[in-house]
Amino acid sequence: MTESMVRAEGVHKRFGRLEVLKGISLDVRAGEVMCLLGPSGSGKSTFLRCINHLEKIDAGRLYVDGELVGYRQAGDTLHELRDGDVCRKRAEIGMVFQRFNLFPHMTVLENVTEAPVGVKGVRRADAIARAEELLARVGLQDKLRNYPAQLSGGQQQRVAIARALAMDPKLMLFDEPTSALDPELVGDVLDAMRQLAADGMTMVVVTHEIGFAREAGDTLVFMDGGVVVESGNPRDVLANPRHERTRSFLSKVL
Amino acid sequence: MSGSADTQQARAPAGRPDDVKAVPVRHPGRWVSGAIVVLVGAIVVNSVATNPRFGWGTVGHYLFSSRILDGLRVTLELTVIAMAIGIVLGVALAVMRLSPNPLVKGASSFYIWFFRGTPVLVQLLFWSFIAALYPRLSFGIPFGGPELWHGSANAVITPFVAAILGLGLNEGAYMAEIVRAGIVSVDEGQTEAAQALGMTRLRTMRRIVLPQAMRVIIPPTGNETISMLKTSSLVSVIAYPELLYSAQLIYDVNYRQIPLLVVVSIWYLVLTTILSIGQYYVERRFGRGTARELPPTPLQRLRRNLAIRHAAVEPPAASEERR
Ligand SMILES: Nc1ncnc2c1ncn2[C@@H]1O[C@H](COP(=O)(O)OP(=O)(O)OP(=O)(O)O)[C@@H](O)[C@H]1O
Ligand SMILES: [Mg+2]
Repeated sequence: MTESMVRAEGVHKRFGRLEVLKGISLDVRAGEVMCLLGPSGSGKSTFLRCINHLEKIDAGRLYVDGELVGYRQAGDTLHELRDGDVCRKRAEIGMVFQRFNLFPHMTVLENVTEAPVGVKGVRRADAIARAEELLARVGLQDKLRNYPAQLSGGQQQRVAIARALAMDPKLMLFDEPTSALDPELVGDVLDAMRQLAADGMTMVVVTHEIGFAREAGDTLVFMDGGVVVESGNPRDVLANPRHERTRSFLSKVL
Repeated sequence: MSGSADTQQARAPAGRPDDVKAVPVRHPGRWVSGAIVVLVGAIVVNSVATNPRFGWGTVGHYLFSSRILDGLRVTLELTVIAMAIGIVLGVALAVMRLSPNPLVKGASSFYIWFFRGTPVLVQLLFWSFIAALYPRLSFGIPFGGPELWHGSANAVITPFVAAILGLGLNEGAYMAEIVRAGIVSVDEGQTEAAQALGMTRLRTMRRIVLPQAMRVIIPPTGNETISMLKTSSLVSVIAYPELLYSAQLIYDVNYRQIPLLVVVSIWYLVLTTILSIGQYYVERRFGRGTARELPPTPLQRLRRNLAIRHAAVEPPAASEERR
């Protein structure tokens, strides 16, 4: 268990009557890049949101870095974690959204320093230095004082990545980070993610970018209808999918 | 692509086509309506200026009299304090109304229902007569527990306190709706992103949601403040000397009702005008980050116009700029 950064054991999630996750089991090793692929509504976003406890799971077990997500186990009984503890755990996991969700009333620099200063209590000067370094890494060193509305979609998404990295997360979750971008802007964001993967970050990436999954991914998981249909080395799965559903899905996106 | 650009270049070798010179369309209707407006305006101004019963001399005499200025100060105090109470209460009630706890939510809804459902004038009178309802006020453990403090209601609920309670508590109900509309206008993705960064719910509200809600909250709050300035004149019924009651006290003695009401109106107009200007700048401040560029302030616009005028006087500089 110490090896895996994320471990899901039969994770179930319902919204009212609708069962969205029907027993997801998978392992993400430290330093691994796992890509999640699947048709719309298959529960990919929901699963990511369960990992940082934005959603509560109904059954099964979910561990991040060996610790239960959202609960504390004492003997046989589970105790819900208090809000403060949940927040502390979330702060260790970075998340990047399809629609960026930058804070529009703050400058780029403030977006990146807000959580380190406000949540982790980093000294402001240190947070600024770190933010400048991270923004330079994604090629935005001259946009520090701009507001998000003044940036292109691709630039906004790279700020969002820097914002998540500023918390020094041990795990990064990406939910279709390039789906809302014009095709010519996708490359810059994928480059930033490749760089991150090369630096050894553990990443779970929901994406329809098959090229990224093939080159940067260590594992590819195909989900449909709330279950994992198949998983394995991206090249193998993409070249010879074993299941009919995977095959028909891939024929549509490739 | 480059081919078509070349042909265009060839057709207009000067680089810039001739200015459009055309005879503009005439709008006789505009002239007629303009003339009517000027005429009606002249009639009104003439009647106001020449009617001796307006008593302009008396207006001038009382406009800056110390009793009127004291009333003005009281009106401003009432407005500021009542709005402050209203805003704090409004934020609390709005957050309560969005709470998952049905009792907390219900309490907030009940408050809003009650205070919006009764006239402020009636509420003001209630507060001023509260001593008849609760002659003795005390503070301590309820249901027979020890008392920490007590006093007579008449001593505690002075006309000033009654005015503040009446205006402020009523305003809270209206502000609650305004703040709530602001909070729900903020994209849910913002809360989600803040939580994903590990922010607590309180911190998310304070640093992320409320500042963005401000854009929606500020304009109607400005209107509420202007409205409060005028509503505070109702306090005259409980004999607290704000602007209107101060004027009434004067004309009760000298019977110059009209000039004194003109004085009062002038001061209300001056204050509402100042507040409107302030509102413009506050809205501009909270518009940050939503538009690519903020609209210019009137001062900036004036400066820019002067600069353009200035440039037009010096033709070389102007043509330089155009290129
Ligand atoms: N908060 C919610 N309340 C009710 N139903 C929800 C909620 N969130 C998601 N769902 C439902 O759960 C199902 C799975 O949603 P999810 O967003 O996880 O799919 P997805 O695989 O990410 O799809 P997409 O590729 O379109 O993003 C959908 O049918 C969706 O309508
Ligand atoms: Mg999704």
